[in-house]
Amino acid sequence: MTEHAIVVRHLSKSFGQLEVLHNIDLEIEQGQATCVIGPSGSGKSTFLRCLAFLEEATAGTIEVYGKPLGFSQDSAGRRVRLNSASIRAVRSGIGMVFQQFNLWPHMTALGNVSEALKTVRGIPRAEAEERAMIQLRKIGLENRAGHYPAQLSGGQQQRVAIARALALEPRIMLFDEATASLDPELTGEVLNVMRTLATDGMTMVIVTHEIGFAASIGRKIAFLDKGRLLLAGSAQEVFGKPRNPRIDQFLDTYLDRGAAMLI
Amino acid sequence: MRFDLALVASRLPEIFHALGITLVVWIASLIASGIFGFFVAVGRRFGPRWLDYSLGAYVELFRGTPFLIQLFLLYFGGPYVGLSLNAIPAGILGLSIYGAAYFSEIFRTGFEAVPRGHVEAGECVGMNRPQIVLRILLPEMTMLVLPASVNMSIILLKETAVMSVITVPELTLTISAIGTEFYAFVESLFLLALFYWSLVEICGWLGRVGESRLSRYRFAQS
Repeated sequence: MTEHAIVVRHLSKSFGQLEVLHNIDLEIEQGQATCVIGPSGSGKSTFLRCLAFLEEATAGTIEVYGKPLGFSQDSAGRRVRLNSASIRAVRSGIGMVFQQFNLWPHMTALGNVSEALKTVRGIPRAEAEERAMIQLRKIGLENRAGHYPAQLSGGQQQRVAIARALALEPRIMLFDEATASLDPELTGEVLNVMRTLATDGMTMVIVTHEIGFAASIGRKIAFLDKGRLLLAGSAQEVFGKPRNPRIDQFLDTYLDRGAAMLI
Repeated sequence: MRFDLALVASRLPEIFHALGITLVVWIASLIASGIFGFFVAVGRRFGPRWLDYSLGAYVELFRGTPFLIQLFLLYFGGPYVGLSLNAIPAGILGLSIYGAAYFSEIFRTGFEAVPRGHVEAGECVGMNRPQIVLRILLPEMTMLVLPASVNMSIILLKETAVMSVITVPELTLTISAIGTEFYAFVESLFLLALFYWSLVEICGWLGRVGESRLSRYRFAQS
């Protein structure tokens, strides 16, 4: 019996009239990688951004280790927004990695990784940088510590972004199409870092187009389609036969692009 | 009649004193309008809607009317509402309010040019609003708005000339007075233009130094 890291219940999200997520129920298990896949526009990224509280869900609840994220219900069952300090407290256990890296261009790699340790955690500069160096060493970029993002390759930037999130020792890591803006050669180095994290037992939620990677790393695969959770289960359950016809169709277009050997 | 700068040059000490006044009123206004403009931009970006609208109205009003008229109203109209200022403070205050309206727009567009994701990354590592403004938006914006800010600084420098109409003893007032005295208008105005042009060039040069120092990361956008 695994502990649930995140429990999502009846999550819906609309942008105006457009419903992007519809009534999603999903558990993220402690110590495992959960991969969220699906066609473009299926709401994968929005779902992940709700978990990071970068988007506020319109309905439903998200619990992170038993604590409500963003909204909770009062005694009358109404949805109430929690105060920003409590939101920050729950979020502090969650690290986020973006498709566009989003490194701060005016800080070096070391500055990016140590920034939150200094400003948010209040750790003295020397110690913060020491801890940041440990993270940079883990991803093999200690010799790039003094480089600005503009001086790093895309793959290196994304690894620094991962180190920046890891420096705060989160219990959960979220990856929003972390390799989608990298060329295939650089994708590998980022996937390797993620694979190591998974092996180390990091709880991860990974939104990805890399189906082969998802199948190999994800203990649970969640398939989203048009804002609905079509299916969630092990790679075997999702990709094995007999397959859900919608997933079959999705995989077909994927295999058409010559990725058959990955599955 | 011939072009003779020596006429005007005989009054150099007085001219240099006036140059000092110009520099003081310019730099004081520049600092004040930069700071005030920054807070206006922050208020419009993060404040409640009514604040955004009222600051927006201020910006429109002060960009929409000539500085000359604003300064006249402040200096000569101020006493009607109990605001009696000496010429130099009135000049600095007037130019600061005028400049801040422009600076706030420069900073506002600067804020908008910082990618949303950079702010989200800050939220995700637990930064609060002031930390995001000071550690991410402000420094990133600085490199984006530097060229526009240098431009604005130059415009403010030249606007200090308008202070001559409320008797601030700066370059324009002093040199044109000397010109009248010697009946040497062309020489004095030529010298005046030369002074402003030199200051503008120095300002532009400082701007370029700043830009090149920031250039190591300013193209860092994916």
